[in-house]
Amino acid sequence: MNADDHLTQINNISDPDEFYEDLIQAHDGLSANQSRQLNSRIILLMANQIADNKKLKEIITLARTNLD
Amino acid sequence: MENFSFCQKPKVLVVGAGPIGLAAALEFANFEIETLVVDELSEINKASKAICWSQRSLEMLNRVGVAEKFIEKGSTWKKGRVFKAEKEIYNFDLQVEAGFKAPAFINLQQYYVEQFLIDKLEELEFPVLRRGHKVVDVSLTKDNRVEVRIENDQEVYNVIADYVVAADGIRSTIRKAFELELQGNYFDEQFLIIDVKVDKSFPLERKFWFQPKFHDGQSALLHVQPDNNLRIDLQLGPNVDPDSEQDENRVRARVDKILGSDVDYKLEWVSLYSFSCKRIERFSHGPIFFVGDAAHVVSPFGARGGNGGLQDIDNLVWKVSSVIKGKAPRALLDTYDEERIPAADENILNSARSTGFMTPKTQASIDFRDAVFDLSKTMPFAREFINSGRLSQPYKYIGSSLVSEDDTSFFGDGILPGQSILDAPICIGRKQTWLIDHIAIGFSVVAFVDEEKTAISIPQYLDKVCRQLDLIETFVIVTSKRLNGMSEKLLCDTTGLAFERWAASDGSIYLVRPDHHIAARWRATPSVSELKKACRKSISL
Ligand SMILES: Cc1cc2nc3c(=O)[nH]c(=O)nc-3n(C[C@H](O)[C@H](O)[C@H](O)COP(=O)(O)OP(=O)(O)OC[C@H]3O[C@@H](n4cnc5c(N)ncnc54)[C@H](O)[C@@H]3O)c2cc1C
Repeated sequence: MNADDHLTQINNISDPDEFYEDLIQAHDGLSANQSRQLNSRIILLMANQIADNKKLKEIITLARTNLD
Repeated sequence: MENFSFCQKPKVLVVGAGPIGLAAALEFANFEIETLVVDELSEINKASKAICWSQRSLEMLNRVGVAEKFIEKGSTWKKGRVFKAEKEIYNFDLQVEAGFKAPAFINLQQYYVEQFLIDKLEELEFPVLRRGHKVVDVSLTKDNRVEVRIENDQEVYNVIADYVVAADGIRSTIRKAFELELQGNYFDEQFLIIDVKVDKSFPLERKFWFQPKFHDGQSALLHVQPDNNLRIDLQLGPNVDPDSEQDENRVRARVDKILGSDVDYKLEWVSLYSFSCKRIERFSHGPIFFVGDAAHVVSPFGARGGNGGLQDIDNLVWKVSSVIKGKAPRALLDTYDEERIPAADENILNSARSTGFMTPKTQASIDFRDAVFDLSKTMPFAREFINSGRLSQPYKYIGSSLVSEDDTSFFGDGILPGQSILDAPICIGRKQTWLIDHIAIGFSVVAFVDEEKTAISIPQYLDKVCRQLDLIETFVIVTSKRLNGMSEKLLCDTTGLAFERWAASDGSIYLVRPDHHIAARWRATPSVSELKKACRKSISL
């Protein structure tokens, strides 16, 4: 297996603070409903960029572990 | 006149004269196996059920000589249109490529399907069809045959069959006799199915609406059928009162909203359905084989019930026939489960996903579906998530124990071993025909020729193959366009589509099973012993 095939768990984004801020700001002024709508769209768009079903499965599994 | 002793001890008893049982019986006739078919109903069920029949099904029905009738009577629809509310989000073309005898899909009422199959059956001495004969009990005899108890309005009698094909539908008596349960998911959503006869013709399209205003935000589907009939499917939700929903005035009010008030129509059929996606654990039980709805059921979005069932018997009948004729070992029968259970699972998976998309249950599933609709207005990628049914496809038996490893010099192009054959237009002399019309009923070889010298040598090679290998009954030779007219026996690929679809070059050889799936292939002509090896593998030897 290629090293690329595994999800990275260390930061991969060139400017994490900027992305985090963008993400939070995108929700500013939105109702809870609109926020959910926005998140759903973001997830679908991101998924299409990631493209690889195996990776997407891993992301889902990873995100689902240790939910409160 | 029925042959009395035959009917007491048929080689094969087919229980159920639905589309799957009838097609099985006709396919057995192709192999000269005498079958008895019984159905508890004394006439064809006029209920409104399957309407969409796939190219693969038509190609299979072509082998039993009824495809032309289906294609002629059926409504060939090529376009699917998908709406969100009243706005069209996208549409798709089913027949992306021309050059096939059978269209990608036709719509034809199930009662016509059954009638056409019975018409064909009545032209033949066998099979014998007995209507109004109900199977009431089944057991295995000590010598591993099947004893079946049958009742009609005059008598109760027993039949002892070597093999039984259980095509007795979703409430299969035979399945129950052996306490086999359908396992899987049940959807509690109710769907109202309405057939109406209209006074004008409608465009040949399938229309699917998600959350249309005319139907309170649930899903709606409109299909065109022959005789100016329309099929309307309306999702009603889980908790509905069956009686009031089928009340004529209420139904008419719904139809008026869809068709508009200027269309005159007659209600032909109204019923309520809920759907399951389930199967039994194994489809074969000794000499008994479950096919069609008796073995597995799916929701109708994707037309995988009837079409999937036809692929079952496509797979089963040649195997049972070969064993009966002593041409193959009994082990071949085990491969019915091996090949068809994954196929059923694929159908179950696809139709469960479609049903899931149509009936989102959790808040998250509603949110994501809304996001899909919103994004799909401008972004093509999101349209791919919209699931109004993934239409039935021929299953590919890739990796099956009957199928040889692929010849790597094809680079995965053309038809992989395990896949079903692809049709193409061809010419014999000046006569235009179709490749599928020339592929035999038994095992056969399809050879491709592009060089004059090969056109001379390959018939000798193939004669030798047929002489040395019992399994292979016939062959066809397809030549490229430039060899047109060399011989009456050669099929000429004047359009180049056959060579292209089969990724063939001079001397390429395909070994084709009786169900018209590929058992093995070679880019360059193989030795007879290589072919022999593949033949043996393809019948579990
Ligand atoms: C609303 C709806 C729409 C559908 N649309 C499509 C579609 O577009 N395309 C598609 O491919 N599929 C579709 N399907 C599914 C399709 O109708 C079934 O998969 C198909 O009918 C299965 O055929 P079958 O021969 O296995 O069973 P059936 O058609 O159910 O036939 C079984 C036969 O066995 C007989 N029988 C039962 N018990 C006994 C007994 N004890 N003794 C003797 N005879 C017996 C019955 O009388 C019946 O004639 C749809 C289904 C529904 C409900």
